Amino acid sequence: QKVSVEVLDQLEHLALVDFRDSEGVERLQKAIQFADQLQEVNTDGVEPMDSVLEDRWCLYLREDDVTEGNCTKELLDNAREKVEEYFVAPPGNIPLPTLEERETFLQGS
Amino acid sequence: LAPWIPVVGLEIHAQISSNSKLFSGSQVQFAAPPNSLVSFFDASLPGTLPVLNRRCVEAAVMTGLALNCSINKKSLFDRKHYFYADLPAGYQITQQRVPIAVNGRLSYGLCTGNKMSQMVTKTVRIKQIQLEQDSGKSLHDDTRSQTLVDLNRAGVGLMEVVMEPDMCCGEEAAAAVRELQLILQTLGSSQAVMAEGQLRVDANVSVHHPGEPYGVRTEVKNINSIRFLAKAVDYEIQRQIEELENGGTILNETRAFDSKLGCTVPMRDKEGKQDYRFMPEPNLPPLILYDAKSLPANTNHQQVINIDWIHERLPDLPSVKREKLVEQYGILPEHSFTLLNEDGLAEFFESVVKQTQMKPKKVIGWILNDLLSYLKQHSLAVKESPVSSSLLADLLNLLEKKEISSTAAKRVLAELWKGEGKTPLEIVKEQKLELLQDQKELEQICQAVIDGQENEVIMMVLG
Repeated sequence: QKVSVEVLDQLEHLALVDFRDSEGVERLQKAIQFADQLQEVNTDGVEPMDSVLEDRWCLYLREDDVTEGNCTKELLDNAREKVEEYFVAPPGNIPLPTLEERETFLQGS
Repeated sequence: LAPWIPVVGLEIHAQISSNSKLFSGSQVQFAAPPNSLVSFFDASLPGTLPVLNRRCVEAAVMTGLALNCSINKKSLFDRKHYFYADLPAGYQITQQRVPIAVNGRLSYGLCTGNKMSQMVTKTVRIKQIQLEQDSGKSLHDDTRSQTLVDLNRAGVGLMEVVMEPDMCCGEEAAAAVRELQLILQTLGSSQAVMAEGQLRVDANVSVHHPGEPYGVRTEVKNINSIRFLAKAVDYEIQRQIEELENGGTILNETRAFDSKLGCTVPMRDKEGKQDYRFMPEPNLPPLILYDAKSLPANTNHQQVINIDWIHERLPDLPSVKREKLVEQYGILPEHSFTLLNEDGLAEFFESVVKQTQMKPKKVIGWILNDLLSYLKQHSLAVKESPVSSSLLADLLNLLEKKEISSTAAKRVLAELWKGEGKTPLEIVKEQKLELLQDQKELEQICQAVIDGQENEVIMMVLG
């Protein structure tokens, strides 16, 4: 089953990936096919595995002490734009242009 | 016209009361200089990893136990993906597959009856409680067409409490949330102050005809107080009924409550249908909790959380406190609700009872009718009361010993309210409000009145 153009368009919106050309889409198809092999195994009654370490992978619990923070300058140095110690972002999410407006391989589909 | 059944469910986010954040060591504090309480992990800088805060887990377990939930001894963390400027990682760490607590219930009281004086107990099922991260704060600057982002809140621990759609109106939703708020404050797991964003409520509302399946639901956000919660829910129910009765349909959308206009409006949604692409959080193994039976031997106590140990140390919940007040003092259930509803009022009441001979059943009237209404009129909290519990007790003692009448007592209270430092006894003497006990003196006064009103007396005697 090929992945539909609608789904590919939705993926471009959700994950901000760019299926620039047919090779990109083909790579996706192959990746899905590869992962689908998992469905061939009967896992009825088998608990999903979280890690090969099983119960030796222990979750470390930290004490509730304040040990970090107070590095405003260092953090803001990374920002392209800032205003009085705030990061600056566009007014809202800039929606991805529609299929027709984007330069994507999918346009021709 | 066929009747409509409104259905209301709630999703409540309570900020966990802790020193540091859920997965990092930066401080949790309400007002602080922007981006000063942010660690590298909170800012999602590469190479950082989440480290779970023990206190946050304990808070969630306490809350789960208080809400009669089953605590999942193994719960899991997941990533919920979406893009927004105040979510630096592009995903929120939450518990979507297996949350920490499930299947609980919350009982709350509703005032009914003509004078709102009868209490009815209702229950709402708790679907689950999950641990998750809070996002940062966005300040929208429409004039400059930009958003200013403060990450101080990013990563603060939240408990999301999901209440099943067992409620039917704004009043029930408000009462349920109020009770949850009291429980959280009693436990100390959250300070739950809505005005400071420590308690946020989203309502899911739909309507249907009896016997038919549930209608399409809308989600209502931007509710900033318990009062507005009731209004928002009731407005949305009405809006949906009117829409459907006019032949329209309800969209499965998110709406915002506009408190100024008292209505809900659609939230602009340019994104289309969201798909959060949940995946297990690869950097965190399952959270394992123990009880007395399953506690492994020779363990580092700091690394182990014992559900039974926490259960044994739960404080008296509001419902238990109310029962004790009713039993100990013989007051009505609705009185106990009011006592617990005002911060410090129950303690004030008990303090007065200790210091006076007057029976608690009589004291409660002075607390709820006189003291509380004064406080409300002047927008004062109990702890700001100019009349202390000892002053009130002194006054009630004078009344109990029949040294003054109850009318006089009310006048003294009005004077005490001015907070000029006079004692009740001083005011009574000043205003000559003492009840006369001397029989002879009373006879003299009555005789003088009769003598002064001869004509009226003759009229009365004749007929």
